[in-house]
Amino acid sequence: MQTFDYLDHTTTSPIFERIVKRMHLDLPLLLALVLLCGIGLIALYSASGQNINVIEAQLKRLSVGFIAMLFAAQIPPRFYQFSAPWLFSIGLGLLAAVLVIGDINKGAQRWISVGGFSFQPSELMKLFVPLMVAWYFSDRPLPPRPLETLVATILIVVPVFLVARQPDLGTALLIGSSGFAVLWLAGLRIRTTFYLILTASACAPLFWMLMKDYQRQRVLTLLNPESDPLGTGYHIIQSKIAIGSGGLYGKGWLNGTQSHLEFLPERSTDFIFAVFSEEFGLFGIIFLMAIYLFIIIRGMQIAIHSQDGFTRLLVGGLIFIFFVYAFVNMGMVSGLLPVVGLPLPLVSYGGTSLVTLLIGFGMLMSAHTHRRLLSS
Amino acid sequence: MTSETYPTPSFALRKWLVLLLMGLALAALGARIIHLQILDDTYKRRGEGYINRQVEIPANRGMIRDARGEPLAISTPMPTIWVNPKQVDLEDEKWHQLAEHLQLSSKQLADRIRSKQSKSFMYLERWADPNLASQVSALKLSGLHITEEPKRFYPAGAVISHVVGFTDIDDVGQEGIELSFEHWLKGSDGLKQVLQDAKGHTIEELGITREVSPGNDLQLSLDLRLQYIAYRAVKEAVVRHQANSGSAVVIDTQTGKVLAMVNEPSFNPNDRTQLVGAALRNRAVTDVFEPGSTVKPFTLLAAMETGAYQPSTVMHTAPGWFAFKGLTIQDVHNYGSISLTEVITKSSNVAASRLALEIGREKVWHLFDRVGFGGYSGSDFPGESMGNLRGPDTWRQVELATLSFGYGLSVTALQLARAYAVLGNDGERLTVSLLNQDALVERQQVIEPKLARQMVEMMETVVSARGTAPAAAVPGYRVAGKTGTVKKLGPTGYQNDSYLSVFAGLGPVSEPRFATVVVIDEPRGKAYYGGDVAAPAFSTIMSGAFRLFSVTPDQSGAATIRIAAN
Repeated sequence: MQTFDYLDHTTTSPIFERIVKRMHLDLPLLLALVLLCGIGLIALYSASGQNINVIEAQLKRLSVGFIAMLFAAQIPPRFYQFSAPWLFSIGLGLLAAVLVIGDINKGAQRWISVGGFSFQPSELMKLFVPLMVAWYFSDRPLPPRPLETLVATILIVVPVFLVARQPDLGTALLIGSSGFAVLWLAGLRIRTTFYLILTASACAPLFWMLMKDYQRQRVLTLLNPESDPLGTGYHIIQSKIAIGSGGLYGKGWLNGTQSHLEFLPERSTDFIFAVFSEEFGLFGIIFLMAIYLFIIIRGMQIAIHSQDGFTRLLVGGLIFIFFVYAFVNMGMVSGLLPVVGLPLPLVSYGGTSLVTLLIGFGMLMSAHTHRRLLSS
Repeated sequence: MTSETYPTPSFALRKWLVLLLMGLALAALGARIIHLQILDDTYKRRGEGYINRQVEIPANRGMIRDARGEPLAISTPMPTIWVNPKQVDLEDEKWHQLAEHLQLSSKQLADRIRSKQSKSFMYLERWADPNLASQVSALKLSGLHITEEPKRFYPAGAVISHVVGFTDIDDVGQEGIELSFEHWLKGSDGLKQVLQDAKGHTIEELGITREVSPGNDLQLSLDLRLQYIAYRAVKEAVVRHQANSGSAVVIDTQTGKVLAMVNEPSFNPNDRTQLVGAALRNRAVTDVFEPGSTVKPFTLLAAMETGAYQPSTVMHTAPGWFAFKGLTIQDVHNYGSISLTEVITKSSNVAASRLALEIGREKVWHLFDRVGFGGYSGSDFPGESMGNLRGPDTWRQVELATLSFGYGLSVTALQLARAYAVLGNDGERLTVSLLNQDALVERQQVIEPKLARQMVEMMETVVSARGTAPAAAVPGYRVAGKTGTVKKLGPTGYQNDSYLSVFAGLGPVSEPRFATVVVIDEPRGKAYYGGDVAAPAFSTIMSGAFRLFSVTPDQSGAATIRIAAN
């Protein structure tokens, strides 16, 4: 197995590589992340109407994110495993607290303020849920028995439900998918998987009833955006027009018209993919997707090379979150999925998700770089 | 760890399944994007349609000037405030400020905007005060727009409004010259291709699709200074004699150009609330009246043309009236035996009808026709009336008798002025023109020059102390003219207490330059004779014209005074 891991050939590695490794970072992953963030800044500069202040703010967040990643990478996986139940419990407690005392912003109750510092507990749960599920299976024989599956399902569904109540459907979706990804990787039987999917489908009408009106509207809009072109369908029509205007080569950086002429809403945040698509065209999208794909494949590689079940499941879950993030965002911007309000990971303007994602990558790198200490 | 027992191949298999799932998802996404960007250009074209728009470039309407270049109608871009109700957020506090600026209550403004909720365009105030517009613009309200729109201004206001006319709210000519020269003045709007953002703001001009061609300027023959003098004189006469209305026309006898044309009541074309009702009528060309005694010079000319009558030929008018086929024709006094010149001086109806009956209807009609009664003047003014002069075959003898002193036909003030211009121009008839150009004038000799000159000299006696209109005299100048005091035709026939006072004349007699007609309708005071009501206005207008056009005085006494002064 080691033979596949070209990075482990330390004999010929230059000094830079050695420093990176000493810092418990994974060079290919780090380079890919930096490249992605760089593309993000370029797209953001255009999307913000060449506002240098926006770039500055985003650079600050990126610094915080990368420093947080560096810290997360130093912490050995054993510590994560040890603290998983505590972190999960704290996160769950905060989620419950948000519903009671959280700040209401744009009709949703997502934020909690502690001593002048406000954050979204749901963001933390993106990390804590896969951590918890991975921990739960780490000292149990796999594949999981039905009772264990049920417990794991409850561990996932409770936070998902709490986040969905805020309401924050996008994050709930992310948390749920990452938890179930871990559950599936843990060895859930194919048959059980079918049962779960069947149960979920059966619950769909119930879910529909629990959804807020605007959420239902978004799903209906996806099915037929033209039904309300100036209302709920506006976002999706405009972003499709922006993507469509890009063509094969795009209009060139800063030359997008749909995005610059205030047709496209939320163009710095959730809909930045449309700006990028208009300006860089299909080739640009292929390049962007290649970077995402590289990060995902590298993550899967790290998962495979993990030496214990906990890190393997954790890395698998984290990488799956990243994938769902990217796919759901691009899917909703191109009109393939309903608008759920997820940013394009590491590209969209915005702080919290950026930091969470980078901490997740820090944990992932920690899982990879601390491995050698165990094996050698 | 216990998980060491976990069979690794199973995880690898699951990993591949996960990757397969991701691959499928990415394939779906990729297909979607390729579809949007490459295969289906609907969205691309739709996007272009959103932002690439054709916008009209309004053509500036041509300017109207007077003969000396003074502006009479100018188009100036003015700020127009409008809203796109769809973009308006009425919750914004600043709408209250806007309402204050527009002098509306917040509720009124909100109601107005709500009533057009489904529209994307609504005027708030057209042609706003530029100060107001800049204050409103400073509010930076979303959905509020200010664009420039040309507004027509009429600097001379009521003084010349009947001739110039006015445009409607969309700058289309409605009356007067603005209407008759609409195509000349209007120009044609251009089109430009622009890039607009979602709020309708123009980001970039991509190019001109159709060049804008501005309207042409137009210069009128009218002289604003003389116009002003005439307007004041007519207005004064109307007010002093409590008359219904009044008109005056001044024609340059040598060119046929109208130098002044005024009416009272008038209106201010800059105030849209005034643009209704009878005051809009350019009575000098649209309203007809029976000219009364002002046609006597033409009746006498018809007689003199036969060669049987000279200015000195004596007519018997005693006892001051005569009965003819059930009709009594009367003079004001019994003038006894008088020369033709004195027939004009005293304005004898008896003599005029006798002359007409002696020479016959054909000759009278023919002369009336030649000086332009019953025909268009050539001014091409919208709504111009051609008056009424029936063919001689339909004239009964009684009618011939009354036609001789101006009853039974109708004319406009402009027609009458034109007929007098023929006398002043040595018998040559010109088409009249309101424009400052000579090319279109048609000339035709209709009266023998010698006879025309004789008639002018005969009419000069009217303004003498012996005549009917000493008030028409202009110090320093020899002027000639004829009064008319016309009984108005009411529902029950000619009325004894309702008159039209007219004075038609020309001057200076030695070399006539101006023919002027003043008509005052229904003076209600004690004075109603043309010589008392209309003649003073004539004198004021003529002396103004002489001064403005630097006409050399031709009265011997005055010339002496001037030389002495030098």
